[in-house]
Amino acid sequence: MLRALQLEPEKCTGCLQCEMACSFENEGVFNPAKSRIKVFNFHDQGRFAPYTCTQCDEAWCMHACPVEAIVVNQDTGAKEVLDSVCVGCKVCTIACPFGTVNYSHDSGKVIKCDLCGGDPWCAKACPTGAITYVDIDSTGLGRMRAWAQQGVPSAASFNAPMEKDVQTYGQAQ
Amino acid sequence: MAWANKVLRVNLTEGTVSDEPLNMEWAQQYLGQRGLASKYLFEEIDPRCDALGADNKLILTTGPLTGTMASTGGRYSVVCKSPLTGAIACSNSGGYIGAEMKNAGWDMVIVEGKSPKPVYLYIHNDDAQLLDASAIWGKSVWDADRILHQTHQDPLIRISLVGRSAEQGCLYAAVINDLHRAAGRSGVGTVMASKNLKALVCRGTKGVGNVKDPLRFMQATEDGKRVLRENAVTGQGLPQYGTQVLMNVINEAGAMPTRNMRETQFEGAHNISGEAMHEPRKSDGQPNLTTNAACFACTIACGRISTIDKEHYTIQNKPEYWGNSGGLEYEAAWALGSDTGVDDLDALTYANFVCNEDGYDPISFGATVAAAMELYDLGVITQEHTGGIDFKFGSAEALTQAAELVATGEGFGKDLGLGSKRLCEKYGRPELSMTVKGQEFPAYDPRGIQGMGLAYATANRGACHLRGYTVASEILGIPEKTDPLSTEGKPELVKAFQDATAAFDSSGLCIFTSFAWTLDDVAPQLDAACEGEWTTEKLLEVGERVWNLERQFNLVAGLTSKDDTLPKRLLEEGANAGPAKGKVNELGKMLPEYYTVRGWDQDGVPTAETRQRLGLA
Repeated sequence: MLRALQLEPEKCTGCLQCEMACSFENEGVFNPAKSRIKVFNFHDQGRFAPYTCTQCDEAWCMHACPVEAIVVNQDTGAKEVLDSVCVGCKVCTIACPFGTVNYSHDSGKVIKCDLCGGDPWCAKACPTGAITYVDIDSTGLGRMRAWAQQGVPSAASFNAPMEKDVQTYGQAQ
Repeated sequence: MAWANKVLRVNLTEGTVSDEPLNMEWAQQYLGQRGLASKYLFEEIDPRCDALGADNKLILTTGPLTGTMASTGGRYSVVCKSPLTGAIACSNSGGYIGAEMKNAGWDMVIVEGKSPKPVYLYIHNDDAQLLDASAIWGKSVWDADRILHQTHQDPLIRISLVGRSAEQGCLYAAVINDLHRAAGRSGVGTVMASKNLKALVCRGTKGVGNVKDPLRFMQATEDGKRVLRENAVTGQGLPQYGTQVLMNVINEAGAMPTRNMRETQFEGAHNISGEAMHEPRKSDGQPNLTTNAACFACTIACGRISTIDKEHYTIQNKPEYWGNSGGLEYEAAWALGSDTGVDDLDALTYANFVCNEDGYDPISFGATVAAAMELYDLGVITQEHTGGIDFKFGSAEALTQAAELVATGEGFGKDLGLGSKRLCEKYGRPELSMTVKGQEFPAYDPRGIQGMGLAYATANRGACHLRGYTVASEILGIPEKTDPLSTEGKPELVKAFQDATAAFDSSGLCIFTSFAWTLDDVAPQLDAACEGEWTTEKLLEVGERVWNLERQFNLVAGLTSKDDTLPKRLLEEGANAGPAKGKVNELGKMLPEYYTVRGWDQDGVPTAETRQRLGLA
């Protein structure tokens, strides 16, 4: 079964454990600046949102690379950068519509999420379940369930399933 | 090693910056952050110096676990001599700036002297510069933060700032970071502003890559996170209600200081509680609380992110306050609410926003407003003094106007910026000031929680709940329940909490973990990260050493055992309601024994034997 990272911003608290886990696994250092996943803080709205590579099937980065340094890992579906081939031309960083491929000044190569070979550390480190690693064909299941619940009599209120407190604090309630 | 092993020394008088290695011999004795910076301060300044003079130093300091994956490993402290108390000040904050300093490769920034003109410190990894602050001097924290982000064109910089209150000399001004986290107490922001230093702007991309045993560290931190997750307080209560989980609990215990501590229960407590922050309001159906939020690396996430009701009188015509910002935590809700008799949640949230926006401590502010309200109630001050404000207990308008005045230091705000002690002295009624060593009480009445009376009286930075939180034992039963109305065993309990807390505060971790963790949970994390052997026993010894060092600082600064006391009201007037009704705090029964337990003589001075045991000169 192929799996994908599922990001649920409404559960994110902005702790950056994912960024440290990512940089530790990939670079051996606790360093948000070297993380392939980033958490954004929308202060005025009181919202945090983690964001990283979605592993497009027809990946722009992969097709744009002039030296074929970005390849598909058949086990995980991840588009991985081959450091030994990458020449640091940065064309992929331009091609990616989502900004999730970035250049690393220290190594002279680009870096992007590679799903940690099928065991993504960001998901393991997330304390609230805002980042999970789930069946790639069912990433919408949780949200479908939440909306479906609205049709169930006695569901609390129309907006409730999307509200973070219901999801995060479900156990306590 | 976990320490960055590098100190940035900034001489504002000369306008120079230089780096030097961290004193690793001291790090083995004082660990980091609170302990290590206190050691530097004690060695480098004369504790008798003028806190607002060029001779005082301001140290911004991280701990060895700051910037790591250890849960809550993002703390930093601001250490200096306090202008409010004349004692040592050490204020701790979360948010992201501490980790950013560490990621830039610095354990500590020591700020010396005084700049001839306003400057700010810009750090980008090894590069540190003093830059002209004329564009942000005179601006609020929030305005200056926005201007600095624009100036540097870098959304990823983290910033610590002082606001207008600090510039105007408010004696309890804070250093605010990340817009709404605060090194809040004892006027550390006032000291920063007195040096003409407006801000620390930091960007660090080096990270923390030198922990001693990475694999063991990851296992130890994972074990720690599991303990936090499975604990009822850190796993459920704090994420859901924040520290505001305490409002109803403490009120029921009859330990809710109300109306300048005249009373011990507040009839409006529910209206300003954590539960009330979840209730939808009439105007837009939204609750006060938008979400909980974490500081760097924290897996608890007790922070509150809130909005004020757009229809509330405070912000009806001020769209700039319509967004989210740091909401009420228990101490702020108590000080701004119960202590002033105001139970208007939106007014409290607004006052709290203003405290953050212009950088001052809501505890000292609320308690000073409460003292002023009592002076007004007694007719000692009138509208002539308050600038026409009807300063009566329970008035939300008086509270929010007072907040605006302290923010800018205008009118009656000047008086309120003095703090409760100097305000009450100024108007001839010093006994109405609810302070120890000049610092205002936090949210636990020591008549209903006896151990807290001793903890307040002996706290090295003046009245404070974060120096020995025996509430955990006396009310919450952590690690085991003791009778809050009894003095039995409290001297030992207070000492144990004080020493353990000093160790937590020296590590880079948040003291709130101690609802679930003991030092047995902390030691394996430190031991896997830091050079040397770090056991629970060693940490307790570090904690006790830090406590005694702070005490020595204060003794040299001129404080004596006479300062280890409580206001007459708490020692002589019985609690008016609740389980402790009729009780006073029996400090006299506890203090002599505490000195003995500490290995101090009956003047509160550490004996030669104690100093020798702890390796203090």
